[in-house]
Amino acid sequence: MTVLEVRALRKSFGALEVVRGVDLAVAPGECFGLLGPNGAGKTTTLRLCLGLIAPDAGDIELLGEPVPRRAREARLRIGVVPQSDNLDPDFTVAENLLVYGRYFGLPPREVRARTGPLLEFAGLTGREGAKINTLSGGMKRRLTLARALVNDPQVLFLDEPTTGLDPQARHLIWERMRRLTMQGKTLILTTHFMEEAERLCQRLAIMDHGRIIASGSPRELIAQHIEPQVVEAHGPGVEAWMERAKGVAARVERVGDTVFCYSENSKPLLKSLEGQDELGYLHRPASLEDVFLKLTGRDLRD
Amino acid sequence: MRWIAVWRRNFLVWRKLFAAAVLTNLADPLIMLFGLGYGLGALMPAVEGMSYISFFAAGQLCTATMYTASFESMFSGFSRMHGQKTWDAILYAPLVIDDIVAGEIIWAASKAWLTGSTILGIVLVFGLAASPLVLLALPAAFLVGLAFSSVGLIMTVLARNWDFFSFYMTLVMTPMMMISGVFFPAEQLPEPLLSVAKALPLYHGVALVRPMMAGEVPQHAAAHVAVLLGYAAGGYLLAIRFARKRFSE
Repeated sequence: MTVLEVRALRKSFGALEVVRGVDLAVAPGECFGLLGPNGAGKTTTLRLCLGLIAPDAGDIELLGEPVPRRAREARLRIGVVPQSDNLDPDFTVAENLLVYGRYFGLPPREVRARTGPLLEFAGLTGREGAKINTLSGGMKRRLTLARALVNDPQVLFLDEPTTGLDPQARHLIWERMRRLTMQGKTLILTTHFMEEAERLCQRLAIMDHGRIIASGSPRELIAQHIEPQVVEAHGPGVEAWMERAKGVAARVERVGDTVFCYSENSKPLLKSLEGQDELGYLHRPASLEDVFLKLTGRDLRD
Repeated sequence: MRWIAVWRRNFLVWRKLFAAAVLTNLADPLIMLFGLGYGLGALMPAVEGMSYISFFAAGQLCTATMYTASFESMFSGFSRMHGQKTWDAILYAPLVIDDIVAGEIIWAASKAWLTGSTILGIVLVFGLAASPLVLLALPAAFLVGLAFSSVGLIMTVLARNWDFFSFYMTLVMTPMMMISGVFFPAEQLPEPLLSVAKALPLYHGVALVRPMMAGEVPQHAAAHVAVLLGYAAGGYLLAIRFARKRFSE
């Protein structure tokens, strides 16, 4: 039994093919991350899975319902946290939940009973009567999360849930997302923050140019695609050092004034740095970000 | 009946801003009604067997209804669809764009109906109507509201920016108001203006309401109702079609 199953999904807007043959399967209770640079097709894939737009080809099954044909029925058991907040500015915090609950056919009595626990979950207790434009960015995001939970969904779709938030607000959202997975909810999120993906997701798919180019757990992806040790160096004379590093590292990359060396064993690299006092350097284990940059390249995406 | 949740959302906003909404909705048409009706009316003999203010009240009831329906479906609707992204949020829930279009149209028609019926209330208070038959203007006003809400919503789902609506208002609504028998009997217009007027919904609203004001059952009532219903239904279908296209991009 899968929560979401996608096969050979394709979607074009005009002449531009945004999704070019995507396959996905998400199991119940997992936190699944769809990673990719801007314009990779993540949001379009999410919108297709929700049945908001129709695919050109391929099959989607969400909670056992064929999408888009029975997307409405599937969405009864789904919550969505969109990329940009679209809370209703005409209403207070509590009214936002009340009105949103009505779209799911929930009677006001039931929504009112859920409002307290939902606002507590969102850290907004006591803010029932606050107007939306008096809330901070982090509070709005948390209210959007509470709104997505108003129908007690089995599955939550989150499109870049922490983009634009400060670190405190981001950590709070992450903590709440972990709580939701512990409650047994399935989370499907898109992100371009590797730290977010690494912390939260049991499984990931990296998407670029409309295709899934790699998938697996964060550890698997790192083990499969990249050497485990990284040494970064920068400063005067880094060019000369780079030539020497090439002899002892498996892979050397230069980005701007920084040189990245990847290797199985970092000892020779660190030895070569001895006495190079003018070079600043950092020795660290390889991360998902290294995998991501290796697979999707270092070019800017707009 | 999923559209009701959309209707109720807009109703709740309206209820919160009740006083301001009613005042701004009604001040304009009432100033027009009494200003023009008594001012101009004093200079005029009876028109079609009624005092000018009664004659004009029928036209003004329909015009004010048209304006409320159009403003609500276009300006408020566009703000909900485009500025606030309220429609996007609704679409994550188990509703589809057709439900939103229906909810918005019926909401704008309801608000327009309230404008029309308040003017009718004033008409009754000031004794401008000949008989209780004028109460038939209540369903007529809803029909007028429905016709203009549907057409207005087409404009909304086609609009890329706010300026788009000025074209419709200046080039369609204002001339329509001039030739639809609001201020003077449309029958005195030269052709082809009269035929143009007859092809547009406002003329048929006025043709329904004015005889009611005089205490008569309107002639060709079925035809007038059919035209208004045609605009409402045609507008609804076109609005859905364009909205589906807009939201599939």
